[in-house]
Amino acid sequence: MKVRILVSYKKSILDPQGQTVKNALLTMGYNFIQDVRQGKVFELELEGISQEEARKVIPEISDKALANPIIEKFSWEIIE
Amino acid sequence: MIDKKILDEHNLTVEEYKRIVQLIGREPNITELGIFSLMWSEHCSYKSSKMHLKKLPVRGKNVIQGPGENAGIIDIGDGMAIVFKIESHNHPSFIEPYQGAATGAGGILRDIFTMGARPIALLDSLRFGPLSKPRNKTVMEGVISGIAGYGNSIGVPTVGGDVYFNGCYSLNPLVNVFCLGIAEKDKIFYAKAEGAGNLVLYVGSKTGRDGIHGATMASAEFGEDLEQKRPNVQVGDPFKEKLLLEACLEIMARDLVVGIQDMGAAGLTCSTTEMAAKSGSGMEIDLDLVPQREEGMTPYEIMLSESQERMLIVAKKNKVREVQEIFSKWDLDAVIIGHVSDGDRLKVKAGGETVVDIPVDAVVNLCPVYERESVIPSYMESATRLDPLPLMENYDQTFVKLLSSPTLADKEWVYRQYDHMVQVNTALLPGGDASILRLKNKKKALAVALDGNSLYSYLNPRTGGKIAVAEACRNLACVGARPVGVTNCLNFGNPEKPEIMWQFKEVIEGIAEACKTFDIPVTGGNVSFYNDTEGISIFPTPVLGVVGIIEDMNKALTPGFQEEESSVILLGENKDELGASEYIKHVFNMEKGRPPQIDLNKERQIHEFCLEAIALELIESAHDVSEGGLAVCLAECSFFSRQKIGFSLNLHDDIPPDALLFGETQSRIVVTAKDGNSKKLLELAEKRKVKATEMGKTGGDRMIISHLDKKIIDVSINEAHKAWKESIPEVFRMR
Amino acid sequence: MKFGVVIFPGSNCDHDTYYVLKDIMKQETTFLWHKEHDLKNVDCVILPGGFSYGDYLRSGAIAKFSPLMLEVVEFANKGGLVLGICNGFQVLLELGLLPGAMLRNKNLKFLCQHVHIKVENNKTLFTRKGKKGQVLKIPIAHYEGNYIAPPDTIQELKANGQIIFRYCDAEGHLNEEANVNGSLESIAGLVNTSGNIMGMMPHPERASEMILGSEDGKIIFDSIINKLV
Repeated sequence: MKVRILVSYKKSILDPQGQTVKNALLTMGYNFIQDVRQGKVFELELEGISQEEARKVIPEISDKALANPIIEKFSWEIIE
Repeated sequence: MIDKKILDEHNLTVEEYKRIVQLIGREPNITELGIFSLMWSEHCSYKSSKMHLKKLPVRGKNVIQGPGENAGIIDIGDGMAIVFKIESHNHPSFIEPYQGAATGAGGILRDIFTMGARPIALLDSLRFGPLSKPRNKTVMEGVISGIAGYGNSIGVPTVGGDVYFNGCYSLNPLVNVFCLGIAEKDKIFYAKAEGAGNLVLYVGSKTGRDGIHGATMASAEFGEDLEQKRPNVQVGDPFKEKLLLEACLEIMARDLVVGIQDMGAAGLTCSTTEMAAKSGSGMEIDLDLVPQREEGMTPYEIMLSESQERMLIVAKKNKVREVQEIFSKWDLDAVIIGHVSDGDRLKVKAGGETVVDIPVDAVVNLCPVYERESVIPSYMESATRLDPLPLMENYDQTFVKLLSSPTLADKEWVYRQYDHMVQVNTALLPGGDASILRLKNKKKALAVALDGNSLYSYLNPRTGGKIAVAEACRNLACVGARPVGVTNCLNFGNPEKPEIMWQFKEVIEGIAEACKTFDIPVTGGNVSFYNDTEGISIFPTPVLGVVGIIEDMNKALTPGFQEEESSVILLGENKDELGASEYIKHVFNMEKGRPPQIDLNKERQIHEFCLEAIALELIESAHDVSEGGLAVCLAECSFFSRQKIGFSLNLHDDIPPDALLFGETQSRIVVTAKDGNSKKLLELAEKRKVKATEMGKTGGDRMIISHLDKKIIDVSINEAHKAWKESIPEVFRMR
Repeated sequence: MKFGVVIFPGSNCDHDTYYVLKDIMKQETTFLWHKEHDLKNVDCVILPGGFSYGDYLRSGAIAKFSPLMLEVVEFANKGGLVLGICNGFQVLLELGLLPGAMLRNKNLKFLCQHVHIKVENNKTLFTRKGKKGQVLKIPIAHYEGNYIAPPDTIQELKANGQIIFRYCDAEGHLNEEANVNGSLESIAGLVNTSGNIMGMMPHPERASEMILGSEDGKIIFDSIINKLV
């Protein structure tokens, strides 16, 4: 089973890297860009646990290790 | 089976191929051909430079190890030795600036700790195209973050270096990284593979398809297929290297290994063949045992991979367990992949079959050596001619403009991205003449300087070579250090072009003569040819790294003025030499003229005098005159002083004011002395037959220079400082 | 007084801190290995600077799972002295021993330079040898030192006097330019409510000898050493 977890800054946190990318895109002429937020993607390969168990343990892993809940939020999906 | 097309892909000539067939007594298979192509590449074999490099002096009474090993070693007394080397990573840094520069730092660090030394400092010499082009900015930003990303993480301070800008580097930036380490004199390790039956261990990152043919890439011109070369670049892992560093030093401290070699460019190929050849042994390895990151790798790919952060270790059978335990403590696997054998062959197995069986001597030592044709370049005659330049009423604006030239401007924007203080030895922050590293709990200290002005070398390679050595030694003299050893990185275009070969031969002659005059040995270095892109060659760029010893750290000097009302004294002579100066380049947009001349004996006299004055504590600051001339040197003395002390000077030399202010005449040092000492200093100078002239006094918040009682510069320090300080940050300011 | 300097894989100021405590401050000092469960009876644990685990996930995020950290948390909860410097501060934040988190520096670059910090509270075990309002010159060297915390946390930090150091200029004034990494409230160092755990981004061990440009860092080590005086 393969799981994809997306970690990014919470909306309230300034994301200077995202801002830099946004400015670069605007300079390139993509004037329709409203906002850019940058994040991290983790792809986990799991074996020996059920989907149901995974649904329980993935948020736990994300909250404990992959994201820092003070500044970051996460979302996840089972992709395979 | 091996045709011309395959040979071309491996950068081997038909003649070279015939020689391989003759040496091994049959046609090589593709893996064997790959091995030869790597080891016979210019990068590994030095086939075009070898016979010229012999001219460099390599002996000296304190030399423990000269050229030929991973790095040079010099005895500095008290049972300690310094281990140092400079290496280029030019081609990879253009293709992928961040990773290219990062792995450059990683590679030179491994060269140092492979010998049992703890790396204590990195310096880098960088050359970029003009910052007016966005591509050059991107390259510079990437290279600097790459060096920072690697060096900062592994905890080795980047304490100095230099950055020059010139159009010739637009398509071919130079990234030369220098590393200095310290070892106990009796605990030095070499790349040996002695004793049949001893085991060969593989340690570090797993092998992937990284950088296959990187070493041959560094030995070929870039064409338009640049984009396709991208997959060749390796990705560095400084964290893994930090673990390797600590584990290797721990193993060496316990005397558990016979020999050790890092797997940098040319990976497993280079380490197996070189270790065996150096010890007159053979080696047998099994590729099935090599840890692999990707599936389905062929023997060819495994042997040629340039995956970073890997080491090959030869250990006695009964010590292997202890070695593995230490690596495991640092979360690293040390895997047995083979053993040292009698005889002289490298035998490689994969899938139970022998895939390589060749004599190591042929691979390592029998590459053909070329004396390539050389001829004086056609540009020389017109380029060295310089018509008289218009003189100005006063030079205030020109002076401020010159201070903002990126080559002369403040580089804090660069070095504050580097952790230059970790290891708590950095006694002089970057930006000065030389970097000073104290030795903990010792009176002695070390100093390092890198230098190399490529415009001088373009316009007179022999003089350029001499000046590179002279200026580095002068920088050391200014802080109170006596040079003990040299390493050089020689960056040139395609050596198959006779004009490039001529530049190379001339530069070597110049370096050799200067090193002999200063009595310092060259303990190693690196040659980087084929710095050409789309047919354009870089200027010949020798970069010299010189290490010196300061006998008494408490007497070490810095370039900045120390107090008001001190005498400002020039050691050496002002001459009418404006050719090849930053002044005519930046203000008149010309790269022309004859570079300043240099009398090496006179130069040495000045260094000796400066060292004597420092030892006698007659002077309180010293700064050498180099790019930008006397005026820029004086400005820097103000900028580097804690309270930004100004000066007021009156000069009486019978030369035009532009040459006086901005000419780059060699063998000059600006020193300051307190009232009582200045007389003593001038007397001593007379005795030592060194020209010393009191030019005026420090003080105030303006920089004032008069010529024959007429003011030619009168600028506020704040205004000049701003131009100097803001020039580079302004280019990179976020919008 | 006995100090223990923790070594994580990737720590790189461990030897510097050890050297300063032992050779300059003349204290009994020992290394503590991250895989062990033994604090060797030290009186003060130091989490040194560096790039623990390469800082590959987030600064300090993997180090907090080291076996030794169980002991360190227990030691801290019992009132033992813990000082986190730079990466060590980041580990303390990740462990939750101090509140808040770190973002990248405001200019998105690694910054290595001398900075000035102001002693905001000298009534702690880590600053008692300093004066309130005193300006110290101590270097920083980090990529992620831009401190952030929710507004109510900031209010608490202020109310409890937990903000120990703020970035300032040479005269002690707070301003945007002096706040080089962009930290909220110019925060450079924090202490927990019980006053036994401190984290700071600047490196006092790099400012403990005049030959390196400043001795101001010794005030912090002296304060710890003299806690019983």
